[in-house]
Amino acid sequence: MLEAIKQPWPWYVAGALIGLTVPYLLLVGNKTFGISSSLRHLCAACMPANITFFKYDWKKEAWNLFFVGGIALGAFIGATLLANPGPVQLAEPTAAYLAEKGITDTSALMPPEIFSWSNLFTLRGLIFFVIGGFMVGFGTRYAGGCTSGHAIMGLSSLQWPSLVATIMFMLGGIAMTWLILPHLLTL
Amino acid sequence: MAQHIQPSPAELKDLQNRELDAICVNESVLKHPWWYNLKYSAWGILFGIVFVKAEIISWFRIQEMFRFESFHMYGVIGTAVVVGLISVLIIKRTKARTIYGEEIHIPNKEFNKGQIYGALIFGLGWAITGACPGPLFAQMGAGFGVVIVTFLSAVAGTYVYGVFRDRLPH
Repeated sequence: MLEAIKQPWPWYVAGALIGLTVPYLLLVGNKTFGISSSLRHLCAACMPANITFFKYDWKKEAWNLFFVGGIALGAFIGATLLANPGPVQLAEPTAAYLAEKGITDTSALMPPEIFSWSNLFTLRGLIFFVIGGFMVGFGTRYAGGCTSGHAIMGLSSLQWPSLVATIMFMLGGIAMTWLILPHLLTL
Repeated sequence: MAQHIQPSPAELKDLQNRELDAICVNESVLKHPWWYNLKYSAWGILFGIVFVKAEIISWFRIQEMFRFESFHMYGVIGTAVVVGLISVLIIKRTKARTIYGEEIHIPNKEFNKGQIYGALIFGLGWAITGACPGPLFAQMGAGFGVVIVTFLSAVAGTYVYGVFRDRLPH
């Protein structure tokens, strides 16, 4: 049993547990699943200034911050006590493509060639951390949700605007991966 | 059984503001001490473990997904949607209530152009960072320290959106 837990978990186990978040949050507190809102609550809590969008009682949404805090803690447990034993088993074509771009180290979940402190003040760091992160924060709020709020919660409750958003998430990701990222990876 | 109390005009205004561009707002008349929120942390911990154990927070897995070279992430998201869909159906059919006896309410999402432009911008960023907002927290927790920079940039992005919201097409 413990051996099975220590191996990487299959998609159907992960998908089912993530899907169960929807009824859990509804049943314990009438909350609809969504994670990107936590970024907004942080803005509202730390620096609301005089911006209408951040002038609300963020404490009423504090549950969301407790939830994301739990995610960070859970990830810590997952990466230490329950750490996956081997390197990431990448699909063959993806591994070959990334190797061509100089990314070969799959021993951790993130490639050290990109996501390390030594890249912070380089062009790579600017693009992958600062610009990438900015687009995630700006885009999700503009879209009114992220993968959890739209793709999972929104589709689960049959909301067509969420289907539009999910399709656009995918189109954006595909455009970046196929058209732009191949150039960014060689910078 | 929870009572239904009409919110005051000030409370209503605050609620309407919180509901802007959010998918996860629900007003409750119940006032609970802070530690009631720990049930969300508990589920968050399970969630974070799943994120790491199924390698959902891995930049590599996101590349595989967008290159259509692995089924893994499609399996995860697809299963999650099916389980969520069935759960919502059961909750609606049985008119289930929360553990505190409140009626369960799933707000409707209004369409606006943000679900096109904003979603596209997020998609572009998702493929670069290998993370949506949830995995950002998990990547930091799993010890990828430099993701703090990505995270702070995401907070800045949300902030800039809040500043310019009125001038963006919706």
